[in-house]
Amino acid sequence: MPEQKAINVGDVLPEVKLPPVNRTTLALFAGASGDHNPIHIDIDFARKAGMPDVFAHGMLGMAWLGRLLTNWLPQSQLRQWSVRFLGITNLGDRITCSGRVVEVFEQDGERRAKLEIQTANQDGEVRIAGDAVVSLS
Amino acid sequence: MIDKKWIGYTGPEVRFDIERGRLKFFAQAIGESNPIYLDQAAAQAAGYRDLPVPPTFLLAADLDSNELFSTLAKMGVPLGRILHGEQGYTYYKPVCAGDSVTVRATISDIYDKKNGALEFIVRDSTVTDASGELAAEFRSVIVVRN
Repeated sequence: MPEQKAINVGDVLPEVKLPPVNRTTLALFAGASGDHNPIHIDIDFARKAGMPDVFAHGMLGMAWLGRLLTNWLPQSQLRQWSVRFLGITNLGDRITCSGRVVEVFEQDGERRAKLEIQTANQDGEVRIAGDAVVSLS
Repeated sequence: MIDKKWIGYTGPEVRFDIERGRLKFFAQAIGESNPIYLDQAAAQAAGYRDLPVPPTFLLAADLDSNELFSTLAKMGVPLGRILHGEQGYTYYKPVCAGDSVTVRATISDIYDKKNGALEFIVRDSTVTDASGELAAEFRSVIVVRN
């Protein structure tokens, strides 16, 4: 097990930076996640639905945020988390996942921290925002 | 507008077998390089029975079974109009490759904003393990662009 580190309000998680989103990434994620909605992989379908092109699955961005969390501490310490999808992540976007500790508290007999997390594109536009509760015990 | 009669609808139980190869594929698709998600020996050295299910993976139960999309079709919601609004998970027990879980979803709310231009479908799912214990819960909010 990794050694316990002191975690304090204001601590910043190491960022996760992703390469530009491309069609291959979306095709592989469709297969791996089981989300075969053609709007993410078939430009003809996307255009008929009124979109200029295919775009990233929201859950791909959330999976990247999962990496942000589990890079920082073992997954077994993740108690709950939720996110809101605020804007579409487009082809070519370069996403950065970031997070910080906003609260340390006691709950259900253990020490926990609340984190604010987000993905943002290369223009700094927040695409996904949410929070997570992790155990520090 | 979606018929509000769907509020409270609970779908069938869906059995989902967690396969090691699928978890590796998922890890690769999201750019994961941490060996505990890719290598059985590394996962076991970290205290897991086998590769652990990554934090967002369990939604696949809903998708592989086609339960989510077929429910939307029955509700009259076209796939080209949906966006993902929110997603959340709560964990109680680790789920690993080799496990078989049962997932069941309930539509807990339907509401609209902007005079019906946007509708929201809230679905709450439970994940139980082979011993019948609750392993995780997740909530999906689907946005329909009308």
